[in-house]
Amino acid sequence: MTEAALLPLAVLLPLALGAAAFVLPEAAARRLLAPGWAAMAAVAAAIALAGEAPLRYALGAWPAPLGIELFADRLTQALLLLAVAVYAAVLPYARAYFTPGAQQARLFWPLAWLLWAGLNAAFLADDLFNQFVALELLGLAAVGLTAISGLPAALAAALRYLLAALIGTNLFLLAVALLYGASGVLSLTALATMLVPAPYAALALALLVIALALKTALAPLHFWLPPAHGGAATPVSALLSALVIKASFAILLRQWLALAPALEVALLGHLLAALGALAIVWGSVLALVQTRVKMLVAYSTVAQVGYLFLPFAWLLPGAPGAGLALEASVLQLIAHALAKAAMFLAAGCLVLAVGRDDFDALHGAAARNPVAIFAFGLAGASLIGLPPSAGFAAKWQMLHAALAAGQWPWVLLLLAGGLLTAAYVFRVLKLAFLPAPAAGDAPPASPAMPAAALALALAAAFGGLAAAPLLAYLDLGAIAWHTR
Amino acid sequence: MAHALSASALLPLLTLLSSFVAGLAIFLLREQQARLRTTLNLGAALVKLGCVAAMLWGTAHGVHYELRLPLLPGNDLLLRADPLALLFVTLSAGLWLLTTVYAIGYLEGSPHRSRFFGFFSLCVTATVGIAMAGNLVTFFLFYELLTLATYPLVVHRGTPQALAAGARYLAYTLGGGAVLLAGIVWLQALAGPVEFAAGGVLRALDPAQHGALAAIFAVLIAGLGVKAALVPLHAWLPQAMVAPAPVSALLHAVAVVKAGAFGIVRVVYEVYGIEFAHTLGLLLPLAAVAAVTILFGSLRALAQDDLKRRLAYSTVSQVSYIVLGTALFGPIGTVGGLVHLVHQGVMKITLFFCAGNYAETLGIHRVSEMAGVGRRMPWTTAAFSVGALGMIGLPPVAGFVSKWHLGLGAIDAGMPWALAVLLASSLLNAAYFLPILRTAWFDAPPPHWPHEHIAARPGAETSRWLLWPTVAGAILALAAGSSASLPGSPLGWAQMIAEREYAGHGGR
Repeated sequence: MTEAALLPLAVLLPLALGAAAFVLPEAAARRLLAPGWAAMAAVAAAIALAGEAPLRYALGAWPAPLGIELFADRLTQALLLLAVAVYAAVLPYARAYFTPGAQQARLFWPLAWLLWAGLNAAFLADDLFNQFVALELLGLAAVGLTAISGLPAALAAALRYLLAALIGTNLFLLAVALLYGASGVLSLTALATMLVPAPYAALALALLVIALALKTALAPLHFWLPPAHGGAATPVSALLSALVIKASFAILLRQWLALAPALEVALLGHLLAALGALAIVWGSVLALVQTRVKMLVAYSTVAQVGYLFLPFAWLLPGAPGAGLALEASVLQLIAHALAKAAMFLAAGCLVLAVGRDDFDALHGAAARNPVAIFAFGLAGASLIGLPPSAGFAAKWQMLHAALAAGQWPWVLLLLAGGLLTAAYVFRVLKLAFLPAPAAGDAPPASPAMPAAALALALAAAFGGLAAAPLLAYLDLGAIAWHTR
Repeated sequence: MAHALSASALLPLLTLLSSFVAGLAIFLLREQQARLRTTLNLGAALVKLGCVAAMLWGTAHGVHYELRLPLLPGNDLLLRADPLALLFVTLSAGLWLLTTVYAIGYLEGSPHRSRFFGFFSLCVTATVGIAMAGNLVTFFLFYELLTLATYPLVVHRGTPQALAAGARYLAYTLGGGAVLLAGIVWLQALAGPVEFAAGGVLRALDPAQHGALAAIFAVLIAGLGVKAALVPLHAWLPQAMVAPAPVSALLHAVAVVKAGAFGIVRVVYEVYGIEFAHTLGLLLPLAAVAAVTILFGSLRALAQDDLKRRLAYSTVSQVSYIVLGTALFGPIGTVGGLVHLVHQGVMKITLFFCAGNYAETLGIHRVSEMAGVGRRMPWTTAAFSVGALGMIGLPPVAGFVSKWHLGLGAIDAGMPWALAVLLASSLLNAAYFLPILRTAWFDAPPPHWPHEHIAARPGAETSRWLLWPTVAGAILALAAGSSASLPGSPLGWAQMIAEREYAGHGGR
């Protein structure tokens, strides 16, 4: 299995790029962007093309049963490619966003590569140890990125983020100790076969769920997200909202699929779904009352995280609709990554044009940045769940999962959530039609910025057209409940 | 054979893409590129008409036009040119050409034209998609696209009134869309993916499900009834008349209310099947809602002095003629409802063009300002008279043919009360249209018009771009009425559809 040697490359290459960007002058780090991205894309594509069977790469001399290895199935392949797509838009955007030679830029490039290493490590992890390491790496890079502007508000947000990350890490570590102490294995595959219903195992799963719900910002554990995502530099906001919270969610999803069959998880599943419902309503209502556009987008993330967790009501071993629920979660993960990155990038174009991000200042900015506002609208259509967007495909699977389980209230919640989303999305779109005040604002920045937002927005808005082949390819039924 | 197959899939796609691609190209144009924009607009409208004509010809010669692409697991994106689709697609493609010509004249020199015509084209793309949708998911896709594409047109002027109208429009239509989605998903959970078929597809379901099917019917009609402006879901329509006149034409005649009414037709005839809907007892409540809407709209129209508002309430009333015809069990009522889909469009677009001409030429917005306008603008007022008399139902205008069939259909269906509703509505139509005609033709004009934008020139009462589509609309309304007995007329086509819907299922 020579292809398996590609797996460590997906983590080591961005680490090397980050180190290079750190030591090189800023101008040289910029020149590294295109070839660096191309190399990352090539690695991800090679892994995706490597074949049918999941790839495994044993790290060091730690074979099974300890089982510390890198692992890539089709879900991993899709997530690796998702990161490639988001970076494809964010890197050129950042190149135009940051002034050459500025302190922010010097910090952004190495941290962005480091973040990518953490993301890929998380996507490739199939054991508790690797998941832990990946989360640490991600947290480090993400907190650092939040702080790069150096503004007091950003530093405060970064500290709060750091606090949340540390709490999450400690809970995670505690759960790992419980599971390893009792079973002597770390691999999820091994745990899935060895786990017996016992209080320690239930406690461990609960700790893992709390730790990762905190890192994914599931309400009411979302307190750290809005200031961090809304206050960071725009390219950072896009990476955090699109990818970082998805990495912790993907880890949780894999743990759930491995550990849930041995345990009584119906109650926990319904609790997660209920918190998801809370997130949808509460996040949307707060998005409706924000006075700054990037905070609106950040609270929209709080709401959209709710849709990631809603399917846990049906994602129970043997439950009707479990397959649909798993598909819904994965589709929502992909849809939100594309749409939210697009929305942050678009909002950033508007903010940059006037130098402020409160709604009053944005009158007319929208009219003078038609591409940015169009991208915002397309991304919004996906968040609302209008066809043929990727968000619609996710919502469609969720509606069917709810009906398969005969649970009507969720259907009403999903539909109401779409309308709430429309209400806050159109708060921004309305700006485009207000009469513009007299000119005098800064001219719109490089056309690369709105173009980057538009590319991702188009992928989100028309992604639903690819849902059927994508789901057929992912074949999520095969990874459900660890049957691999 | 392979060649014929690919052509039969390509034509529906080309019909859809002609306006979609034109719309995207128009977005990219600079504001000053007026000539190129006009060329794109008219070119796309003509290409679309050509596609529709080719499909009409092909269908008459036995070709089956269908395009199927995978969309969601178990659900295809399905475009199909069946007879019902062709009825609507011909109407919207034809009226789009008129509206495009009109809009080019109407918006000459005003700002944001590229944005306007871009969304205008997307709007028609959505309408064509709605017409040709072969299953509920495809229908829903284009139904929501229509909402999104219309919003920028409603708020185009950016005034507080326009934004308020836009907010209400969105609240109603997105809410309706959510309700429609609930109905579609519920139905699919019960019956699997639903593709439209003449005679309906649900009759074979277990009778134990009939209660749920009746509830789903109510949910679907509520979702569609928002765009069809059924009372009490109609309030967005009169408020949306703040939009520019070509947008009103689009809302009232070509696209939006028609999409709702057309959806109801699809659900009744090709999802449930008229006979099955009759068996379930769904038609009487639907007819009752339509009757209330017809009378309510007409009564409210009486009280409006603002001309466009009066026309808007008239639309509320007239669109429900289509719904009433759909709910009358029996082929004659079906024909009346289907043919009114076309006739109402042609007549109402003419009336809105006229209202726009009065406003753009002389600054007339109110009925009370219309005294003597017939002498200053004889062609426009003649077109208005044709539309108004047609709405009342006088021969030989198209509206007479609709009302004749609806009335006969009411008796045939054993619902004589529906005939009484039609008669009462006709009297109300006369009561709110005839005073306009009297004052326009016979009262003395005022010394000054409210705001004369376009001066009178010999032989041209207003801009030609505005006048020609108006007169064309009036001629179409007259032609549809006086040539109704010819085979290619809307009436002939509606009769052919009605035969399909009742054929072979033990109907009458």
